[in-house]
Amino acid sequence: MSDQPLLKVRNLSKFYGNRIGCNTVSFDLWPGEVLAIVGESGSGKTTLLNCLSTRLMPTTGSVDYHMRDGQYRELYHMSEAERRFLMRTDWGFVHQNPADGLRMTVSAGANVGERLMAIGDRHYGNIRQTATEWLERVEISTDRIDDQPRAFSGGMRQRLQIARNLVTGPRLVFMDEPTGGLDVSVQARLLDLVRGLVNDLGLSAIVVTHDLAVARLLSHRMMVMKDGHVIEQGLTDRVLDDPREPYTQLLVSSILQV
Amino acid sequence: MATPLVVSEVSKSFTMHLRGGLKLPVVANVSFSVAAGECVVLGGPSGIGKSSILKMLYGNYAVDAGQILICHQDRMVDIASADPRQVLEVRRGTLGYVSQFLRTVPRVSTLDVVAEPLVARGASAEAARARAAELLAKLNLPRDLWQLPPSTFSGGEQQRVNIARGFITDHAVLLLDEPTASLDAANRAVVVEMIRTKKAEGVALLGIFHDEEVRELVADRILDVSQFSPRKVAA
Repeated sequence: MSDQPLLKVRNLSKFYGNRIGCNTVSFDLWPGEVLAIVGESGSGKTTLLNCLSTRLMPTTGSVDYHMRDGQYRELYHMSEAERRFLMRTDWGFVHQNPADGLRMTVSAGANVGERLMAIGDRHYGNIRQTATEWLERVEISTDRIDDQPRAFSGGMRQRLQIARNLVTGPRLVFMDEPTGGLDVSVQARLLDLVRGLVNDLGLSAIVVTHDLAVARLLSHRMMVMKDGHVIEQGLTDRVLDDPREPYTQLLVSSILQV
Repeated sequence: MATPLVVSEVSKSFTMHLRGGLKLPVVANVSFSVAAGECVVLGGPSGIGKSSILKMLYGNYAVDAGQILICHQDRMVDIASADPRQVLEVRRGTLGYVSQFLRTVPRVSTLDVVAEPLVARGASAEAARARAAELLAKLNLPRDLWQLPPSTFSGGEQQRVNIARGFITDHAVLLLDEPTASLDAANRAVVVEMIRTKKAEGVALLGIFHDEEVRELVADRILDVSQFSPRKVAA
């Protein structure tokens, strides 16, 4: 059990004029922990994810990240270049739409290799070798390494995006509805893959989803958001089996049984 | 050696906000303990709160009041107030649970479903799979099913997968929610034998068994849950 959180979030708020994006959110994320943020459209979950991952400047509050050298750095006190470097190396961001996270007009191999070059890898043979291994790992046939993701199916694109993000051995991965817009069979495959990778690599992850089944399968802990506020949080099993707040009870009772 | 499981003055109710805030009391003032090597069986009619007690102990249900102390790595952890990370830590190392129904994960093979708790404790995948295979063989699960995900299995087959998964580790406290409910006589006997082995190894077991025969064979003591029913007081 590691005794220092990877991320310390304190009183994070984002206002769009008078409208609340997210309001005074505080939590710690621990190494190896997967946190799911659930809630319906417009509840503020994506705003919160973007504020955590430096994609959106919060109005107030702080996010401290435990750097590899053991120091905590406040994300919004870093220079833009430092933040971008962190994002390219120690972090990953998996977008709902793979086209937002991939470069659609360069090859699959280059999509994976690009992040390796960002951390200083210059040996073409090594980069290609690592890219090949990662394609196998995410179950993309290696003879597709020179194809552009434009020629891939939605499920393949999403798996490629995951490979691109994980190749640098990040410690923290943000995911925005990673299984949204995929067929259920493709979803199951992706979930199994993500679950396996998170376990094997000991990653921490923050996953935004409106799908409670996805949250149950992937996450250790859950935060429920409504109107920009975190209204309930706790162990995923507890929140889903014994929801306390009226809105959480409504969400849980609205799941369709197959 | 500290008592592995101590439950002290635990109360639980549900507030149904979708039913106009209806408050449903479940149990009140639950106090008992389970010693190492002891198997305590929760008794009483359906709906009296037996499964709810197991779910509180495992952290799936929140409690209104009281303490649930589990001896984890020589210190007592209160599951009732522990944060999620601590609960998961205790589950990984000390507290096991065989639920009534298996929660299946798409695409994961039966062998890996059973091996997972050992892998989570740092065992190699090969060693964990080998141990999983031993348990599945012991529970007479046909070998040609082992590579398949258990989602399409019969109730009895899924239950045996669940039992193998719960028994694979050497957790010091084991919660059993009707592990023999849909098993035939031969497999019930296997489970009884496995429970006795756990007792001999000093594991503290707390279970629900509707099958009287099995209950007779494994229980050291029966704890009547009706005594904790808040409705009894009201009546």
